Order: sequence, then structure tokens, then C-alpha cells
Amino acid sequence: MAARLHSAARAMLVLLAIAAGALAPSTVSRADPVVADLSSHLIAITTGFTGANVLVFGATDGEGDIAVIVRGPEREEIVRRKERMAGIWIHGASFRFRRVPSFYAVATTKPIPELAAPQVLQRHQIGLDNLRLDASGREADPAYKEFASSLLRLKQEDQLFSNRTEKVQFLGNQLFRASLSFPANVPVGTYQVEVFLFRNGEVAGAQTVPLVISKIGLGADIYMFAHRDAPIYGLIAVLMALVAGSSAAFLFRKV
Amino acid sequence: MYVYLPIAEISVNVFLILGMGLAVGVLSGLFGVGGGFLMTPLLMFIGVPPAVAVGTEANKIAASSISGVIAHWRRGNVDVKMGLFLLAGGFVGSAAGVWLFGLLRSIGQIDLVIRIAYVIFLGIIGALMLSETVRTMLRRARAPVGAPSRKLHQHTWMHGLPFKVRFNRSRLYISAILPVAVGFFVGVLAAMMGVGGGFIIVPAMIYLLGMPTSVVVGTSLFQILFVTANVTFLQAFYNHTVDIVLALFLVIGGVLGAQLGAAYGAKIRGEWMRALLGALVLTVGGKLMFDLLVTPDDLFTLTGASRAH
Repeated sequence: MAARLHSAARAMLVLLAIAAGALAPSTVSRADPVVADLSSHLIAITTGFTGANVLVFGATDGEGDIAVIVRGPEREEIVRRKERMAGIWIHGASFRFRRVPSFYAVATTKPIPELAAPQVLQRHQIGLDNLRLDASGREADPAYKEFASSLLRLKQEDQLFSNRTEKVQFLGNQLFRASLSFPANVPVGTYQVEVFLFRNGEVAGAQTVPLVISKIGLGADIYMFAHRDAPIYGLIAVLMALVAGSSAAFLFRKV
Repeated sequence: MYVYLPIAEISVNVFLILGMGLAVGVLSGLFGVGGGFLMTPLLMFIGVPPAVAVGTEANKIAASSISGVIAHWRRGNVDVKMGLFLLAGGFVGSAAGVWLFGLLRSIGQIDLVIRIAYVIFLGIIGALMLSETVRTMLRRARAPVGAPSRKLHQHTWMHGLPFKVRFNRSRLYISAILPVAVGFFVGVLAAMMGVGGGFIIVPAMIYLLGMPTSVVVGTSLFQILFVTANVTFLQAFYNHTVDIVLALFLVIGGVLGAQLGAAYGAKIRGEWMRALLGALVLTVGGKLMFDLLVTPDDLFTLTGASRAH
């Protein structure tokens, strides 16, 4: 599997080198300081899905450092703190965080703080510490820090956020590659894989490649059906119960 | 062999859920209880989200009660008129319950409310079962004196209520408010707890409404069937909490278990089994209560808002 990805990547690199101009995305200026692509643009989650690896690879127009940021579709997250009330632990104070990426991973050639100045890293949200967490205007709340760090910690425990670095390898001066891993519980949706080229502490080039993660198979179909056609799904559930129950009554009538 | 439950969003061992369905089915065959009040907490213990456990168990009870309704219908043990009055309350109650369920879910307290409701009900049921067993044994130990029969038709304030209706099958002339109110209460319970509510409705029919015992079981199953069918539909529609794959496995296990339970029920001494069931019910309730009282490992929890809707 790895060998196949590897050779596929090599072949793609050659193609990319030839057609670099033609493939130029609009976000990159003139001679494209960095071009990148993925070994696969679609991860299919089937019933037996245990996680997946995707290879990100590309070429630069010279020396520099690479940072790869993977961001899942954004959604709202609510962090709740349990509090003891009359001896029972119940959900008490909560913070609502808007537009939190459902998945976030970083891969770089060297430790994040060495890539660029803190302001630059913050602007591009490189590294978990630089992720902007929008608490709907409650950022000044004294409890904000505790809830925000709990959000990061819980997401890391779920393996949905990671801060591992130094995973991007250079092959020679200009070709780079990194393996991105996605856990079994990865959320579905359209992901953005951002590739940044750093030179002298500045962003010299960037490219964004989309990645789609979707559930396929019977389980996914049932889930979609239950949410899209909820009334029909409900009727089918009731019908199934009635048919199963009455056929059982018929089967065991003689017993 | 693992199967992925698409709505609960977890993978579970097929034999575990079939076995649970079988075990609860045996108990329901032995005692004529629906078993929802045991199955829903068991599902929570294996990691099914409480909301999905409740919605799915309602679906399973609809399946297991229809065979009972058919059997009692054949013997003419269903008071349809009384059943329809109960149902009128039941439909409104279950709709209110599903609405309240969605509201509590949106403020993040549904799991807590389900757990507390279970601790209370399992505690009451378990205690009643055990005390009934003790009383039976004491009565057996004493010389069997002709027990004074319970006076069913005592006149209380309830008989002064308006809208009196005649129920021929049950030989009753009572206010329509009573069956509608009982139906409403059981409907709320069915929606919020994923139970049929037989353990409430049967005593209510006997002691509150004064119905003859011959029609109680058939009529209660009639009400339970339609109310749980309604709950299944509404939970699937509004809250997306009915897992059809899980329900199917529970029904298969439950149907086989009920047959086994009914076949062997006659051979086992009733009071010992009832004591055992009472102890089991108390254990399940105790575990739920312990989980509420013990300090959690992590005080913070995360809810993706998109997941909850």
C-alpha cells in the first residue's frame, strides 16, 4: 500500500513538474513558489473503516520550510462543565464556540515557532496554540481560557486535533512529502489541506487542496435517510416493528 | 461479529445485543412485563447514547406488544372504547414528551433527566417487587386465612368528576377525564424513558379506574402498541433518535426470549423469580445512581451542535 502510494506520488510529481504552469491555482502568484497535491482526494468511510492515510506531496522553487495544515469543516461546539448540585453531577456553565474546525492537524519541516514570527503564525493559524476560537464575544470572560483549553484537550483526546510537527520530509532540495493520518472517528465533509512555503520567516507561497471525506455503504445510507426523510424513516421503523411483531405472533402461535 | 449502528454511531457486538434482547425477552415472557425499563438502561451501559436508547426501545416495544395485542384481541380481552380514551391521552402525552425531550436535549440536560427518571422508577419498582415477595412469603408462612377481597368500587372524589362515559366491556361508568389523564401520563413516560409503561398503566387501570383484571392486560397492550408506535414516529421525525438496525436485533432477541420465558415460566417458583427480578432492577437503578453521584474523571464535556440536530 505504502509502496504503491509512493510510486503514484513519484509519477504525479513528474507530471506536476511538466504541467506546473497549467495547474497553477489562482492563489499562487507568478512562478508558483509551491505546488502540492494529494495522493487521494476522497476518503470513503465504510462500515469497517479504521482510519486512513493520505500522502501530500509537492515541489517548491527553491529552499524553504513547509507547513501543511489540515482543517475539517467548521461547526459549532459547546463545552459544558459538570457541577455538583444536591449531590448530583449535572451540566452547568457552558461556552459556545462558533466555527471550530471539526478536524485540525499540522505537519511541518521544523518546530512551528522556528518557522516564522508569532504574528505570522497567528495570522495563518498555524499550530493549535494559534487556532482562533470564537466564543461568540465572550473571550474576555474569566472562564474563557479554561473552557477554550478544555475544548482543545477534549478534541486531542478524540484524536481530532493534533499538534505533531516535523513530519514533512524533503527529497532533495525541492520535492517534499508528508503522510497525513485520519482516525476512525474522523468527521465527514469537505476538508482543506493548506500548504505554506516559508522563507526567511515570511510566507513565500501557499496552495490549498480540497479533500472530501464521506461515509459510504448501508450505514451511511440509513443515516442520511433518517435525517433527510425523517417522516418516511419513522413510518418504516413503525411498519418494521408491526410486521416483525405480528409475524412472530404467527410463527409461535402453535407453541 | 460487530455491526455498526448508523444512528447510535457506535459499533457493537451482534451477540451482545441479541443476548440482551434474549435475556430481557425471557424476563418479559416470565412476568408479562415489557422490559423497556431494563433494556433502555442496559443500552446506555453499552454506550448507546441515552436519547437513541429511548427512541429505539420505543420502536422495539411496538414490535413486542403487537403480538400480545393480537392474542388478547382473539380472546376478546380488549376494551376498545377504554383503549381509545387512553389513546387520546396517550397521543397528546407522547407528543408533549417528544417535544420536551427535544427541548431538554437542546439545553444539554436530556441525559441527566433520563438517568434521574430511571433511578426514581427503578427504585420504586424494585422496592415494590421485593416487598411483594416478602409479603407473599410471610402470608404463606402463616395459616391461609380467607383474605378479605379488595373493594374495587369505593366512591371517592374521582367519581364526582364530570364527562361520565359508560364502558360496557369493563362494566364501568366513570369520568372520561380519568382514562385520558392516565393515558397522557403514560404517553409522556413512553416518550421520555422509552418504556411501554405497563408497570404504571396496569396498576392504574386496576386501582384507579377499577377495571376488571380480565381486560386490563389486553387493553393496556392496545394502548402501549399505539403509543409506542406514535413515539417511534415522532422521535424519528423530530429528534432522529430511532436506530432501525439496533431495533431489529433487539426485536429478534426479544421475540425468541419471550417464547422461552413463556414456556419455562410455569416451571419456576414465582416469588423467587420476582425477588430476583426486583434485585436486578434495584442493581440497575443503583448503578445509574452511582454514576450520577461519583465525581466524573473529566468535568468538561464536548457537544458538537451539528451532532445534536
